Amino acid sequence: MAIIEVVGGLPPSKYAELGLGRDKLLRMLRKMVEIRLFEERVERLFFEGKITGPSHLYLGEEAIAVGVAEALAESDVVVSTYRGHGHAIARNVPMVAVLAEIMGKATGTCKGLGGSMHAAISVEHGIPVATAIVGSGIPIAVGMGLAVKQLGEKRVIVAFFGDGAVNTGAFHEGLNLAAIWRIPTLFVCENNQYAEFTPITKTFAGESIAARAACYGIPSYRVDGNDVIAVYSTTMKIVEKLRRGDGPAFMECITYRKKGHGVYDTAWYRPREEVEEWMRRDPIERFGNNLKELGIVDDGLLKSIEAEVEAELDKVVEEAMNAPILPFEQLKQFIYST
Amino acid sequence: MAVISLAQAINQALREEMRRDDRVIVMGEDVGRRGGVFLCTEGLYEEFGPDRVIDTPLAESAIVGVALGMAIYGLRPVAEIQFADFIYGGFDQIVSNIAKIRYRSGGQFSAPLVIRAPYGGGVKGGLHHSQSPEAYFIHTAGLKVVIPSTPYDAKGLLISAIRDEDPVIFFEPKRIYRSVKGEVPEGDYTVPIGVSRLVREGSDVSLITYGAMVYECEAAAEKAEKEGISVEVLDLRSLLPFDGEAIIKTVRKTGRPIIVHEAPKICGFGAEIAAFIAEREILSLQSPIIRVAGYDTPFPLVHEHLYLPNERRILDAIKRAVSF
Ligand SMILES: Cc1ncc(C[n+]2csc(CCOP(=O)(O)OP(=O)(O)O)c2C)c(N)n1
Ligand SMILES: [Mg+2]
Repeated sequence: MAIIEVVGGLPPSKYAELGLGRDKLLRMLRKMVEIRLFEERVERLFFEGKITGPSHLYLGEEAIAVGVAEALAESDVVVSTYRGHGHAIARNVPMVAVLAEIMGKATGTCKGLGGSMHAAISVEHGIPVATAIVGSGIPIAVGMGLAVKQLGEKRVIVAFFGDGAVNTGAFHEGLNLAAIWRIPTLFVCENNQYAEFTPITKTFAGESIAARAACYGIPSYRVDGNDVIAVYSTTMKIVEKLRRGDGPAFMECITYRKKGHGVYDTAWYRPREEVEEWMRRDPIERFGNNLKELGIVDDGLLKSIEAEVEAELDKVVEEAMNAPILPFEQLKQFIYST
Repeated sequence: MAVISLAQAINQALREEMRRDDRVIVMGEDVGRRGGVFLCTEGLYEEFGPDRVIDTPLAESAIVGVALGMAIYGLRPVAEIQFADFIYGGFDQIVSNIAKIRYRSGGQFSAPLVIRAPYGGGVKGGLHHSQSPEAYFIHTAGLKVVIPSTPYDAKGLLISAIRDEDPVIFFEPKRIYRSVKGEVPEGDYTVPIGVSRLVREGSDVSLITYGAMVYECEAAAEKAEKEGISVEVLDLRSLLPFDGEAIIKTVRKTGRPIIVHEAPKICGFGAEIAAFIAEREILSLQSPIIRVAGYDTPFPLVHEHLYLPNERRILDAIKRAVSF
C-alpha cells in the first residue's frame, strides 16, 4: 500500500532547514524568470509571424520544471513532452538553441528537424526524449529506469507528462512495469487541469491522479505545483530514495496554464473566476514575495533580474533569427547510422 | 448553393446524418463544446447533447475500441482521431478487430463505423502532426479508406461512409480544411465510395492523385498546358477500394501515368497503383510510370514545402514523361 502525501506551503523561514542558501534560491528565481520571459517572447514572435506552427507554452508551470531540475544531478535523465521549453531551460539547455529549434534552424537542438514540440531534446543535458504523442514518454522512461538498474548506475530518470496522459494505456502499462521492476523512475504529472480544451473533471475518474498511481503500489505525492520549494523539497526526498534503489515514485503537481493550450488558443473555455483565482497563485510572484520576506530580494533586484534576462533574450532572438537552416540535401542524414 | 469550406462540409454531413439517424454518435477528444481542434464538430454538442457528442479522454486505443463495441451493438459511431499521427495508439484495435470482425464471425457481425482523422503536411506541425499514414490501412483487408479533396466530395463521401455497413477510415487533408471552398448542396446526397473524379481532361499525361495534392496537380497541369502539354488529372477520392477502371481509362488515353501523393514514396499507395498499371496496361505505356511523393524520411519541420510534392516537382515529372 502506498502513501499519498499532500505537500505545499512551507513557510520561507524554514527554507534554511532544507539547506537552501541565498545563491540557490536566487538561481531558482532566475530560472523561473528565464522560462517566463522566454515563453512570452515565443508568444510575441508567433503573433509577429516570425514563428509558425504550434508552440505549447510553459507559462504558469515554471515552478515544476525548476523545482524538479534543481533537485537533480547533471547525470540524471529527463523525458520531456511537446510542452518542453521549460524543461529544457530548467535543465540549462541554452535558450538560443531552444528558440532556434522552434524556428526550424540548423543551430536548434534538433537541427530544425523537430520544432517546438521536440525542442527540449539535448543529449548534453540529459534529455533524450520530447514527444508529441501524449503518454508515449512514460514507458520509455520505464525502460531507461530498467537500464539504469541493470547497469548498476545511480542515475534517476524523470518523466514529465500532463494530466491528459494519465488516461492512456501507456500510462497504466508503464506504471505497472515500473512498480514490479522497482526501477529508479520518478513520474511527474503536471496537472494543469486541462487536456487541451477539456477539463479534467470531464475525463478523469477516481479520487486523484496521485491516488491512481498509488494503486500500483507506487509512493505518490500530491504537490502544490505553483510552489517551487514544495516541488523541490519533494523531489529531493524522492531522488534520495531512488538513488538507494527504492523503487519508483510519483508526484502529481497541481498547477494551471497561464494561457491557452498552444499559442493560438485564447482559452475561452475556462471560467473567469477559475482563471482569476489561479492567476493570484502565480508561482513566480509567490516565490518572489517569499524571497522578499527573507530579505533576499527587493523590487529593485527583481526588476534588474528581469532586465538582465530581457537583454539576454534580445540577443537570443537576434541570433536565432539569423541562424541558417539545414541544407535540403541533409534531410536524409539522420535516419540511419550509415 | 452555399459556398463553404471543406471543414464546414464535414460539419454539415455530420449534422445532417445525426438529424436523420439517431444511431449516429460522434466521439473523440475535444469534439464537444470546443467542436474539435479543427472545428469540424462545431455546434453538434449544442444541438445533440453530451450523449451523442462524446468528449472522450485522451485514449486512442479506447476511442476506436469503444466505437467498435457500439457499432457491433447497432449504433453508428463516427470517431475522431485528432490528428492521423495519433491513430497508431488505436492501430491494434483497427487492424486486429475492426477490420476483421465481419470476416472472423463468418458474416454474423460487422463494424459500421467511421474513423475520421485530419492528415498530411503543410501546417508546420513537425513530425508528429504531419504524416500521411493511409498505406498502413489500405494494406488491411476489411477496411475502406477514403480521402476527399473538395467540400462537395467531403460531405457526400462522409455520408456514404456513415451509411456504409463496413468500417471506413476517412482521412481529411487538414491543410485545405479552410483554404478550399466550394459549392455544397444542403440536404441529402452521397458520393459513392470507390469512384474517382476526373478533375481535368488531357491527352498527353495522367496525374493520378488524391487529397491536397489535387490542387498542386491542377496547378502543374495548367503550367504544362502553357507549354503545350495536355494533362489529365484524376482525383481518386477512394483508395480502398480504388477506381481501377478510371485508372485504366486514363492510362489508355495518355500512356504516361504519374502518381502524386504526400506520403513517403517507398511502399506508398503510388506503388500499388504503379503495379496495378503494370499488370493491367503495360502495353499502353509511352513512358515509365513515375511517382512524385514525399521523401523517405520522417516528416521534417524544416523544408516542409520541399518535402511535399509541389507544382515544380510535378511539372518536372510531366516533362520527363513526355520527353522519354
Ligand atoms: C496520443 C495523442 N493523442 C492526442 C494528442 C493531441 N493532444 C495534444 S496535447 C493534448 C492534451 C494533453 O493534455 P495533458 O496531458 O494534460 O498535457 P498539457 O497539454 O495540459 O500539458 C492532446 C489531446 C496527442 N498529441 N497525442
Ligand atoms: Mg493538462
